[in-house]
Amino acid sequence: MTKTITDVICPFCGTLCDDVEVVVSDDGKQLLEVYNACVIGTEKFLHSQSKDRVTRPRMHQPDGTWKEISYDEAAEYSAQMLAKAKKPLMFGWSSTNCEAQSVGNEIAEITRACCDNTAATCHGTSLIAIQDIGLPSCTLGEIKNRADRVIFWGCNPAHAHPRHMSRYSIFPRGFFTSKGQMSRKMIVVDPRVTDTAKMADVHLQVEQGMDYELLDALRVAFKGEWLPDVVAGIPKEKIREVADMMKSGRFGIIFFGMGVTQSLGKNHNIDAAIAVTKDLNEYTKFSIMPMRGHYNVTGSGEVFGWQFGFPYAVDLTRGFARYNPGDTSTIDLLVRGEVDAMFTIGSDPGAHFPISAVKQFAHIPSVCVDPHLTPTTGVSKLHVPVAFNGVEVGGNCYRMDNVPIDCRKVVEPPEGMLTDEQFLIKVRDRVRQLKGVA
Amino acid sequence: MSEYIIKNGNVFDPVQGIRGDKADVAIKDGKIVDKVGSGAKVIDAKGKTVMAGAVEIHAHIAGPKINMGRIYRPEDKLFTCTPTKGIERMGGGASIPTTFKTGYEYAKMGYTTAMEAAMPPLFSRHVHEEIRDTPIIDEGAYPVFGNNWFVLEYLKNQEIENTAAYCAWLLRVTKGYAIKLVNPGGTEAWAWGLNCLSVNDPVPYFDITPAEIIKGLIEANEYLGLPHSMHIHPNNLGNPGCYETTLDTLRLAEGYKAKNKFGREQVMHLTHSQFHSYGGTNWGDFESKAKEITDYVNKNKNITIDTGNVTLDETTTMTADGPFEHHLTGLNHLKWANIDVEVETGSGVVPYIYSPSISVCAIQWAIGLEIALMMKDPMRCYITTDHPNAGPFTRYPRVIKWLMSAKAREAQINAFKHKDKVLSQTSIGTLDREISLYELAQMTRAGPAKSLGLSGMCGGLKPGMDADIAVYNFNPDKPVANPEDIEKAFTRCAHVFKCGVEVITNGELISNGNKRTLWVNAKVKDNPQVMRDINEKFLKYYSMTQANYEALGHHFVPNPYALEVDATQV
Amino acid sequence: METVTITMKNPPALYLEADNVSPDAFAGKTAAQIGDLHVYEGNVTSTLGKYFEISGNAGATAADTKIVVKGDVKKVKYLGFKMSAGELVVEGSTDQYAGGWMTGGKMLVKGNVEAFAGTAMKGGELTIEGNAGNYLGAAYRGDWRGMTGGKILVKGNAGSDIGMYMLGGEMIINGNVDVHVCTHAEGGKVIIKGNAKTKIGGQMVDGTIFVFGTIDVMMPGFKPAGEVDMEVDGIKGKFAHYIGDTGERHKKKKGQIIYGNLYKKI
Repeated sequence: MTKTITDVICPFCGTLCDDVEVVVSDDGKQLLEVYNACVIGTEKFLHSQSKDRVTRPRMHQPDGTWKEISYDEAAEYSAQMLAKAKKPLMFGWSSTNCEAQSVGNEIAEITRACCDNTAATCHGTSLIAIQDIGLPSCTLGEIKNRADRVIFWGCNPAHAHPRHMSRYSIFPRGFFTSKGQMSRKMIVVDPRVTDTAKMADVHLQVEQGMDYELLDALRVAFKGEWLPDVVAGIPKEKIREVADMMKSGRFGIIFFGMGVTQSLGKNHNIDAAIAVTKDLNEYTKFSIMPMRGHYNVTGSGEVFGWQFGFPYAVDLTRGFARYNPGDTSTIDLLVRGEVDAMFTIGSDPGAHFPISAVKQFAHIPSVCVDPHLTPTTGVSKLHVPVAFNGVEVGGNCYRMDNVPIDCRKVVEPPEGMLTDEQFLIKVRDRVRQLKGVA
Repeated sequence: MSEYIIKNGNVFDPVQGIRGDKADVAIKDGKIVDKVGSGAKVIDAKGKTVMAGAVEIHAHIAGPKINMGRIYRPEDKLFTCTPTKGIERMGGGASIPTTFKTGYEYAKMGYTTAMEAAMPPLFSRHVHEEIRDTPIIDEGAYPVFGNNWFVLEYLKNQEIENTAAYCAWLLRVTKGYAIKLVNPGGTEAWAWGLNCLSVNDPVPYFDITPAEIIKGLIEANEYLGLPHSMHIHPNNLGNPGCYETTLDTLRLAEGYKAKNKFGREQVMHLTHSQFHSYGGTNWGDFESKAKEITDYVNKNKNITIDTGNVTLDETTTMTADGPFEHHLTGLNHLKWANIDVEVETGSGVVPYIYSPSISVCAIQWAIGLEIALMMKDPMRCYITTDHPNAGPFTRYPRVIKWLMSAKAREAQINAFKHKDKVLSQTSIGTLDREISLYELAQMTRAGPAKSLGLSGMCGGLKPGMDADIAVYNFNPDKPVANPEDIEKAFTRCAHVFKCGVEVITNGELISNGNKRTLWVNAKVKDNPQVMRDINEKFLKYYSMTQANYEALGHHFVPNPYALEVDATQV
Repeated sequence: METVTITMKNPPALYLEADNVSPDAFAGKTAAQIGDLHVYEGNVTSTLGKYFEISGNAGATAADTKIVVKGDVKKVKYLGFKMSAGELVVEGSTDQYAGGWMTGGKMLVKGNVEAFAGTAMKGGELTIEGNAGNYLGAAYRGDWRGMTGGKILVKGNAGSDIGMYMLGGEMIINGNVDVHVCTHAEGGKVIIKGNAKTKIGGQMVDGTIFVFGTIDVMMPGFKPAGEVDMEVDGIKGKFAHYIGDTGERHKKKKGQIIYGNLYKKI
């Protein structure tokens, strides 16, 4: 007999779907089928069942081979590395739960590390903008129930957040949106003709790197001021038409992604988009929301926030928390050669960072805690495989709209494997001994 | 557990009517007892003031909007973060401290219980994660109900029993403490960019008025017999002339009597009344209506209030009153965050500087003090700063200084740039009352504990109560040489005990205590209709499933303390 | 005025935070006492004397103290942090936060500086003979109170985000600048003698920018407002005048809307 577990949370993207159903074997050891999840989410669940999974920590040997070691030995190496470093960096945290993040923060505090999450390469710029100008936002259910203007700016949910449009933003029939998609106007701003753009009522094919100008032009158009004939490749008539479309809605939302957070202008693009949103609240109701990537990058920012006061790029080296991206942010720390040890967890910087940064952490002592084999585990001195969060262990996570959802455990991890939190507790306890703290 | 005896202190305990007598307080197994054995550890409190641990009735200290404040205000922490120190974790933040700093600061000032004033139910798991990380103090959180669709729909049809059943369910799944209303109806209106500025403005679509929501939730609260009363932030906060809306709101409590087993007497708690006591028609003729508000409350015993004192600091305002924050950002142009929450509520955050050189801020400062000084019964008026809205809670010692010393008030009035305006628009200059230590114990201990239905547990020093005790370096037998000495004495306690554990000695942390989460478990008759309605709303209008909604388990509420209420026989 | 010379002898393996290298921190101290001031390399607290050779005693006050920094301080941050008076001369290039939060006195860097020089500057003079990095004279993260006074002169080029949230004071860049100048500014004056790229004056409420060279793309929120003859920093010329950012909020004075001004030399 198999068992079906309902209301399972998908640990893939920031959409954090919580209606997944999973069929497991009678003994609870095997995950057999996944329902309701998107293709990527399904794969994430099934991947945990792969037969060639690494189940024990491994040290990289000088000859390039790996040697299996125990979790205790792995914790010892990690603790020694962190305790000896003058400026250790603890990076990642976006694909793990808030419990593990909390233990990680204790380690960072004891060893006076720099700690950062994957906002470093995605929505860190959004956070900077939010710090400059604020964030009028809402939960995803508000969009489902009320939104009649939906703008996707520099994001492609059709591929990156596959169930976003069906669960929250375009198709659902909500309390005040009983006609579903028919009640909504969809605008996509993207230099590419993406699958999302193909669905839109209006696609503004903005010139690459000119989002800031286009957003400014929308603000000018709201006020009916003078505009140049063409801005960012878009004729001014079209800009005025879209501005009117935005103003005429009852409840609008701008979703934005890495197409606009990491292109020229960066935080300023988001700053201007937030200003657009703020302006629109003079005429109607409008919100704006980052399309967060990793399923718990938002949670990492929240936990850093209430424990240290800053959402990412936190520098604890002086014994208290400091924050200033450009100085305390991971890629800057690596490229400038500021850190002397790197601990990675719940992220794959090897695949996403510039090569100059990756080269740097290949040269310093490094540990990577990850259930998968990734480019990062490949260049790290120590790889610690762990149980899959949201599959083999539960724990709290935060959706892209900051709503917390407690993930569920659906199957047992392979015999003897630790979770992120369990491994971090071993490291923390050893670090406490090494540093002589209570 | 260890035994202690706090000897020879000047004890102030309104619960037992002790007014500064030299007395010993004994502690055993976490409770206050009549006597302890000779082996008990002696704390010498000679020449010091001994009171119960203070009780915070209204502060925004845990949850999504507080964390939004922290995350979006790095400048609130610049150069002020504090290092790890023994068992004390790092801290940071002036107006919106980190969770650890929040717990330590409260404890060091002698507070042992605090209530988070507005929990968006959908975010209860977040609120509880922060409460878990706030050391020492016992905490509860008030879920907000005043813009909740279930409540609006039930009360439109005057279905009190269903409203009560829903409230009981929500308190249970969110581990909530009380029924909180913020701008009833107005925040739902704000979802469309609108507002309800009077108790009679209809809520868009839902065809109900704020007055009906307020009365309905008073009735539901008393139907259940909850420990605390309906706790309200009325409509029209912060606007010149808003006192009339406040009086309209207060009048809605007329005729209602408290029904509960906790010793609570009020049916309505009006919070941060300073923000609701404004006269005038614009910022130019802005004036105090503290007298009108306190006259009404003085006469009507079924109401309690807290002050919401302006502390003249740079701070971060945050409230579930979404339209107000939008209004505020229009006034000061500072960064605006807004969080509308599906089916339930909303909120906003804007930094604000209460500058002593701006006349409106100085008048606000005066109004908060006037309210405290004009209230005849200190058991019904509690000191708050509506942290962080009127100022950070860490300024309580300063507020206490202003309340206890007319000289300190005069010095501040003289320091204002627009002193004349403060004197002409308020009556602060005519008030010479100085709050006594006994009254202070009423306003910060016995009073709020009673209002919260906790009078059997905390806020006093009667044997049998939790041993929550604060010892201050303040000698009541000596005249106060300098008002600054008051502020200094109340900033850092000589000793603090929380449930019998000594947590603070000489202003320093020595233990993280045994923090609990207080919540109310109200049992009602089976109500299949309400359960069906809940099920339907989750299927149709929420963005998450009902099965994932509850704040359940060790991660969220590691050390719960439930107040049991049985309304099954009503 | 007394002069203290500090010379880098043992460069740090990582980066050094030397927020005590300012006339204010040195004032009233002997060379030996100055050597005992704290510096920080990562999480290790050490002393100035461990890295630098120190000669000369400080004056009684910051105003009576001049500091000369010699040797390779490219990996030293926070030189001149919060200085209020006196003089600080860096003979070479230095790292981030040079003259950060300074309120007075004179700081001269003969080489280049990295990001965040003159952050939230209130007064004094900061001169950089080489190039400046990003966020020159900008606000700290999240703060709407950027540079409010003082003068910054860069003889080379400057990076992006200069003068963000500028409220007052003056900045002159003899070379070119990168994107984003005076974003959100509400006062102050920036003179760019070289070329600017794009996103100049975005979201500007008030304040003035002069560009002597080219601007790659003008912000759509800047509206042409005629031509004017002006003398700017001793240079006379004809300037095209633009007002903006018209998409942003603006104050009114005597019924007139006050815009930010952008002058481009013709």
